[in-house]
Amino acid sequence: MSVDIIATPRSTAWLADANPLAKLGAGMVLTIVLLISVDWVSATVALVLECALLPLAGLSAGLLLKRGWPILLAAIVGGYSTALLAPKTGEILLSLGPVVFTTGSMESGVAIALRGLAIALPGVIVLASTDPTDLADALAQKLRLPHRFVLGALAAMRLVGLLVTEWQTLGMARRARGVGGGKGFFRGIKAQLGQAMALLVQAVRRATRLATTMEAKGFGAGPRTWARESTYSRRDLWVASGGLVMAAVSVTAAVVLGTWNPVFG
Amino acid sequence: MTIQRSRGSTPARISAKGWGWQHSGRHTRAVHDLDLEIEPGERVLLLGPSGAGKSTLLHALAGVLGDDEDANESGQLLIDGRPVAESRGRSGLMQQDPDSQVVLSRIGDDVAFGAENLSVPREEIWRRVIAALESVGLDLPLDHPSSSLSGGQKQRLGLAGMLAMRPGLLLLDEPTANLDPAGVVEVRDAVRRSLDESGATLVVVEHRVSVWLDVVDRIVVLAPARLGEPGGVLFDGPPAQVMAQSRELLAAAGIWVPGYVPHVRPRTLLPHAMINPDDAGAHLLLEAASLAVSRTKGRKRHPVVPAAVVPSVLVKAGQALSVTGPNGAGKSTLALTLGGLLAPVAGRLTALPELARGAGPAPLKWRGRDLISRIGTVFQEPEHQFVAHSVREELLFAPRILGHGGDSVDELLTRLRLEHLADANPFTLSGGEKRRLSVATVLAASPQVLILDEPTFGQDANTWAELASMLTELLDAGTAVVSVTHDAAFTAVLGGSRLVLGDSVEGAGPLAAQPQELAQPQPAQKAVQR
Repeated sequence: MSVDIIATPRSTAWLADANPLAKLGAGMVLTIVLLISVDWVSATVALVLECALLPLAGLSAGLLLKRGWPILLAAIVGGYSTALLAPKTGEILLSLGPVVFTTGSMESGVAIALRGLAIALPGVIVLASTDPTDLADALAQKLRLPHRFVLGALAAMRLVGLLVTEWQTLGMARRARGVGGGKGFFRGIKAQLGQAMALLVQAVRRATRLATTMEAKGFGAGPRTWARESTYSRRDLWVASGGLVMAAVSVTAAVVLGTWNPVFG
Repeated sequence: MTIQRSRGSTPARISAKGWGWQHSGRHTRAVHDLDLEIEPGERVLLLGPSGAGKSTLLHALAGVLGDDEDANESGQLLIDGRPVAESRGRSGLMQQDPDSQVVLSRIGDDVAFGAENLSVPREEIWRRVIAALESVGLDLPLDHPSSSLSGGQKQRLGLAGMLAMRPGLLLLDEPTANLDPAGVVEVRDAVRRSLDESGATLVVVEHRVSVWLDVVDRIVVLAPARLGEPGGVLFDGPPAQVMAQSRELLAAAGIWVPGYVPHVRPRTLLPHAMINPDDAGAHLLLEAASLAVSRTKGRKRHPVVPAAVVPSVLVKAGQALSVTGPNGAGKSTLALTLGGLLAPVAGRLTALPELARGAGPAPLKWRGRDLISRIGTVFQEPEHQFVAHSVREELLFAPRILGHGGDSVDELLTRLRLEHLADANPFTLSGGEKRRLSVATVLAASPQVLILDEPTFGQDANTWAELASMLTELLDAGTAVVSVTHDAAFTAVLGGSRLVLGDSVEGAGPLAAQPQELAQPQPAQKAVQR
C-alpha cells in the first residue's frame, strides 16, 4: 500500500556490487578536480567519460533524463546567466538591447553548463547504483562511524518513503473535513501549512513507535555484530582507479590543449 | 503438549511483586500493586478494561519503559529473578501498528536486525533468519522488499525478527487489531506454531478473546487502576474458569468475550426501496457506472492499472451499502472516489440533483464546504482527520465552515460520551474515543451520504455497539451509509445491499443468518479486480 522510495529492488548493474565507499571515493576525486578548473575541455572530457559509464550503473539515457532533468535545467540556466554576465570579449553574436552575447561570453557559459553537469553526474551514478543498506553497512563497518547514528538514519530514511503516501492521504482526509475549501491565496497557504503540521505530528508518532520497536529488538546498547559484511573486492580497485584515471585524463587534455585554468592560479 | 526446545532458549519466568508504574505527568498510576507469577512456558491472555495498564505492563517487560526519568516505579518486576533492565534480549515485543514493526527494507535484513544487536555471530544469524522465516510461514526471498508486505505479513515478519533473537518471552500488544480476518488467523497461527517450537512464555493483550482462546492456557484480568481502589489482578485461572467468572464484567468493559453480540438499536423504518429493490429511482443520491478507481493519476502515455473496476454502484437515501472483499481489492480507493476525494480513472460518477443541490454533478469538483454537507467520509485512521486542538473545536469546525452555530455540538458530545473530554487534545484520547470523535466530526456537518472506511477495526464491543446504533438511527433518518468493512456482524446489523470487490465469496453465510437482517442482500454486484 505504501510507496517506499528507497526499497526499489536492488540494482543488478555492475557498479551496484562495488563497495559504496569506493564509488564515493572515485566520485569525490573527479568532482574535486573539476571544481579546481573553469575550462570547457576538462569538463567535456569528464562528461563524455561519465556518460560512457552510465550502462555500468544501469542507467539509460531516457532514465537519466527522467530522473536528472532538474540538474540539466539548472546547468542550462547557470550557463545562460554566465553567458549573459561574463566579460564581453570576442565578436558579438547577438545584441538585443541589454542582452549581449559574444563568443567569449558564450564560451564561459558553455563551460559552466558542462562543468555543472560533469560535477553532478558522478553523484547521480553513485546514488543510482548504491543500495542505502549497503551504504550504511560500509559507513559503519569500514569507516567506523557510530552504528547508532548510521542505522538510525537508515531507519528514518525508510519512514521518509512512507511520508509520501501519508501526505496524499492527509490531503484527502482534510478535504473530507472541509479544509482548504476557501478562496484566496493566503487561505491556500494556511491549509498547506496545517497539512504540513499534521504530517509532522504523524511522522513523530510513527518514529516514536519505530524507536520502541528498535529498542525492543535490543538496538543501541552495547556492541553488535553485522549480518552483512561490507567488503572490498577487485572490483573496488577498478572503481577507485577508474575515478583517478578519469580525473587525470580530463586534466591532461585541458593542459595539452592549453585551456587549463585553475581557480587559484 | 510436547514442547520441543531445540530452537529456543529457556522459557522465561515473570514475577511482579507489588509492582506499580506512574508515567511522568500523570496523576494516576497506570499499574499499581500488581502481584503476578507467570511460570516458564505459560501462555497468558491479559485482559482488562481500557486503562488497566495492560500495555504499560507489556512495555515494562519488554524493557522499553526505562528511559522515562520522571516516571515513578514501585515494587519489583523480575524476569527469571532479575530486574527487567538486566534482561536485554530475553523478550520480544510486537506492537499494534504493522508499519512500525519493520526496521529495514529487505525482509532478511529486518529479521537479522535483532540478532545483530545481541551480537550473534554472522553464520548463526543467517541460520536463525531462515529458520524464523520458515517458522512464521513467510516463504519469500531474503531480499524481498518489506514495504510490499500486507499487514498480516508485516506482523509475521516482526514475529520472525523476535524469534531470531531466541527470546524466552513473547509479548504481543494487540497484534491483530489492525488486521483483516485473514491476517488475524495468519498471525495467530504463526504465533502458535512458533510457540510449539520454542516453548517460550507468551503474554498477549487483545480485545477479541476468541482469537486467542485456543492458544492460551491461562487468562489474567487486571483491575482498572483508579485512585483509592486496589489495583492488581481481578481474576486469574484457566480460560474456561475465568470466562465463567468474569464474563459479565468483561462484556460490560467492552471486551469481545466469545459469543457476545452487543445490543444494537435495530432499524425501525423499512424504506420503500427495501420492499422493492428494483425501485431504483427512489431517492437515488449517487450513481456510478463502469467506474475504474486508482490512487495514482494516469498520464497519456502511461495509463494506470486501476485498483478496481466496478460495473455499477447505487447509493440511495436511507440505505446501507457494504463494500467487502479481500485486501488489495481496491475497497478503500473506491470509497475515496465515491467520497469526491479522488478522481475516477474511467467511467462515470454522478451526484443526482437531490444530492448535488446546484453544486454540479461531479463531487470531486465541489468546494470543501459544499462537500462536507453532502458527502462525509470517515477515514480508517481517525488521527488523519483531526484539525483542531480540542475535542470541542473539532466538533465546531464543520458548523463554522457551513456558517451555522454549534448548537448540536453539546448534544453530540453527550451522545458519544465525550463531554468530560471537551477540552482535551484529540490526540490524547483512547482508540475508541478517537473513533467516536472522528465519526462525530463528520456528522456535525449533517451529510446526506456517509462513507466509512473500516469503522470497526480494533474497536472494543462498546464502541462497536454505539457506532452501529448511531448508524441505524441515521439510516432511519434517511442518510445513505456506505461502509468498507470486513466485519460480517456489522454488515448484518446495517442490512442493505453488498458490493463484493475482487474474487472472494467471503462472509456470504453469516449475513443471511443474522436475525437483524431486514432484507436479503441483493446478489453481489460482482466486480473485477484489475
